[in-house]
Amino acid sequence: MRLLGFALVSLFLALMVYATGGLPDRGNPEAPGHENVWHYYLEKSMEETATPNVVTAVLADYRSFDTFGETIVIFTAGLACIVILMKRLK
Amino acid sequence: MIQQPSTIVRTVVNLLVPFIQLFALYAIVHGHYGAGGGFQGGALLAVSIVLSRISNGAESLERFSSTRATVIAAGGMLLFGLVGIVPMFFGASFLDYEGLPLFWVHGAELRYLGILIIEVGIALAVFGTLVLIYDSLAGDKW
Amino acid sequence: MFWQVDFWLLVTLVITAIIAISVRDLLATVVAISIYSFVVAVLFAQLGAPDVAFIEAVLGAGISGVLLIVALFLTKRRSED
Repeated sequence: MRLLGFALVSLFLALMVYATGGLPDRGNPEAPGHENVWHYYLEKSMEETATPNVVTAVLADYRSFDTFGETIVIFTAGLACIVILMKRLK
Repeated sequence: MIQQPSTIVRTVVNLLVPFIQLFALYAIVHGHYGAGGGFQGGALLAVSIVLSRISNGAESLERFSSTRATVIAAGGMLLFGLVGIVPMFFGASFLDYEGLPLFWVHGAELRYLGILIIEVGIALAVFGTLVLIYDSLAGDKW
Repeated sequence: MFWQVDFWLLVTLVITAIIAISVRDLLATVVAISIYSFVVAVLFAQLGAPDVAFIEAVLGAGISGVLLIVALFLTKRRSED
């Protein structure tokens, strides 16, 4: 059983290392993630939202619906903790 | 938790907590210009309360109760939702800050202000939720 | 930046991960997980993502360690297997 687990983990590690070879290099400007929409954010975020930090502009303005869902997920986790764990509110 | 924390620990924590909260406020309002934002600031605020809970015990619960944490979490969520919904009554789409009814600012400035309100809402929600998770885990052990 | 920094940070990452799954004392596991989170935060900062590094340092190395320790004191400290 222990040997089987070790073999499975080794297989998974080999698969991951093999898959890493297919990723684009770090900072490569021609990577697929760097091709589509970031020009717009970098060029327009200052004049459209007056926010120098593009990360904040994307997170809270252009993609604010995602942030809304994210906050709801955290809030729901807290509510689930209350329902399961808390004896009484005081 | 198992034994009463020593005087040194309590004094140092009571000294440290206001500075952590000040840094949290800085992280919330400085998200426009550098690293920081709602999530980070809210987590830092929660860290300060949790530190006070660990070292001061029931005294901290009296000062900042679990009920208040619940209200703060729900209030932050409500603020976020209101900023999303209110523009829909003024002809804009959901979460479009340019439709917010603040008539003395326009365009980019209004979106800047909308981002700031959103960050405060996220910070309150995360702060309340993390304190709540800690309280419900620890119960009335301390 | 410098490949040595990357290399030793990644070595620390692997060592803390192995410690976290192999040590019997669960308190030591929590400490190893906190160190792991902090090293991940340093790696994020070094990759040029200070926002993510900030939140990883606060949540991973701060809050989650405290919550795990609280859960430990409510159950028991030794691992069964």
